Amino acid sequence: MCNLDKDITILAIESSCDETAASVVKNGREVISSVISTQVPIHTLYGGVVPEIASRKHIERINQVIEQALTEAHKTLDDMDAIAVTRGPGLVGALLVGVSVAKAISYAKNIPLVGVHHIEGHICANYIECPTLEPPFMCLVVSGGHTHLVNVSGYGEYEILGRTRDDAAGEAFDKIGRAIGLGYPGGPKIEAAAKEGNPNAIELPRAVVNDNVYDFSFSGLKSATLNYLNSVEMKGETVNVPDVAASFQKAVVDALVSHAMLGCEEYGAKKLAIAGGVASNETFRNAMRVEAEKRGIEFFCPSKILCTDNAAMIGCAGYYEYINGRRDGLDLDAIPYLKLGE
Amino acid sequence: MIVLGFEASGLVASVAIVEDNKLLGEYTINHKRTHSKTLMPMLDELKNRIEIDLDKIDAIAVASGPGSYTGLRISSSTAKGLGMALNKPIVSIPTMDGLAYNLWGLKDYICPIMDARRNQVYTGVYNFDRDKMHIVKPQSVLDVNDLLSYLCEMLDESDKVAFLGDGVNLHHDLIIEKLGDRAIFAPGHVNMNKASSIAMLGIEYLKEGKTEEPNLHRPRYLKLSQAERERLDSGKGILEPSDG
Repeated sequence: MCNLDKDITILAIESSCDETAASVVKNGREVISSVISTQVPIHTLYGGVVPEIASRKHIERINQVIEQALTEAHKTLDDMDAIAVTRGPGLVGALLVGVSVAKAISYAKNIPLVGVHHIEGHICANYIECPTLEPPFMCLVVSGGHTHLVNVSGYGEYEILGRTRDDAAGEAFDKIGRAIGLGYPGGPKIEAAAKEGNPNAIELPRAVVNDNVYDFSFSGLKSATLNYLNSVEMKGETVNVPDVAASFQKAVVDALVSHAMLGCEEYGAKKLAIAGGVASNETFRNAMRVEAEKRGIEFFCPSKILCTDNAAMIGCAGYYEYINGRRDGLDLDAIPYLKLGE
Repeated sequence: MIVLGFEASGLVASVAIVEDNKLLGEYTINHKRTHSKTLMPMLDELKNRIEIDLDKIDAIAVASGPGSYTGLRISSSTAKGLGMALNKPIVSIPTMDGLAYNLWGLKDYICPIMDARRNQVYTGVYNFDRDKMHIVKPQSVLDVNDLLSYLCEMLDESDKVAFLGDGVNLHHDLIIEKLGDRAIFAPGHVNMNKASSIAMLGIEYLKEGKTEEPNLHRPRYLKLSQAERERLDSGKGILEPSDG
């Protein structure tokens, strides 16, 4: 462990998907600056994230984003105690930009380098949101690329109870969003459309994975929704988009909530947190809160800006890795399919 | 003037440091494509061996494309990070110019080729007038048949053209078929992307003031991404081209 009497200031860099982000974070939980340059308008043209375009945009913006984060924090590189960077999982070409820039800065300035797991970052967004939150707690991470039920037993200590067998929840939102003509990104568009719809209008399945009760599966739900759309079209009727959106959203939320509650009950968790892009969905947040409170479980969720990909959460996760003694070398590589705890 | 050079646009990972007209050191590995893991440790080793402080460097030269998209991103991102941290400018050297410079002083034409997939090559045509390199045909991406037709038309019977680069092996037989004994092939020690050529050209560029701010530097891929090409082909617009 390091000397904790001294403030630890970390520059964090995140470039795993379609947000170029940098942040300055003090002592893990105090976000001094957080800059996010989003590429969503570009990828919307293509109906989803195009990895090659994402990688190219990251390299164009990375320096400006880092410099802006430092300027807004009234800091220079010389004030940094460590550099934290997302090393995976994510798009390899996108990750490589952040990792390469971070290594170069770390080397040139002789600042310790800490590689961070992207999912660990999402979980840690809860520490930023709620300064009193401490492990152990149960965390459900739900985004466009991930659906993980994680038992957080300590700082940097994670046990993955369940994960998706096929599509991530956010991916399912994107696919159905496209199918009902709402376009990309599906999550926020389905959520908006669902406000006008009846969540019980269409009966959709809630998948159960037999050999691990904590695992998720969204491909059956996706197929059932697409089949329903097809059958309506065959009959020459018009699809009620709000009803489909609301029913689909409810089916996803039901699956997420039931898995999380099961995990809390089995593991006797007193605290439950959510994280990831889908955690900004109001229906999901509310359903989790209601079910957690029914069971006397304290519920945590990051504000919406901390749910999307950002570098502040990487700075927070990087801080706990840093004080746990993690240091990465000049051979740090981007790992697109990095597993949590690896 | 001291220039640090990077070349990671193909199979080769290479780092060099030159001072004026002197190559202080070069570290080149033509083995596996693990540039992300090897490039920085290579720089560290080189820096320590020649006992130089990175603050003494005047500019960072990088083979800025065309080439492997991943390789270009690793070297350009590394250059951008160093440039920001050291407050030094970046010099973007066209990859093909760097390759051609390997054959400094040759009296024949020089034609670097790197594989661009789908029977296309990244290429250019160069020659030397005494010590000065001339660009006969600036670097571009061409169908290999179009390149060879161009050369057949441009060359006199007595002219020769020297080929080099990682696309040579792939198209060797076709080159011989089209150009016969007018084609010559560079030997192994110069038939690869070298950071020393990038850094030496970097000195020339630096003298001419052809530098970039690190935050504005980006690779020149010479090709749009496939998604952008398809979208343009279908008559739709793109927000801003991602090609350099």
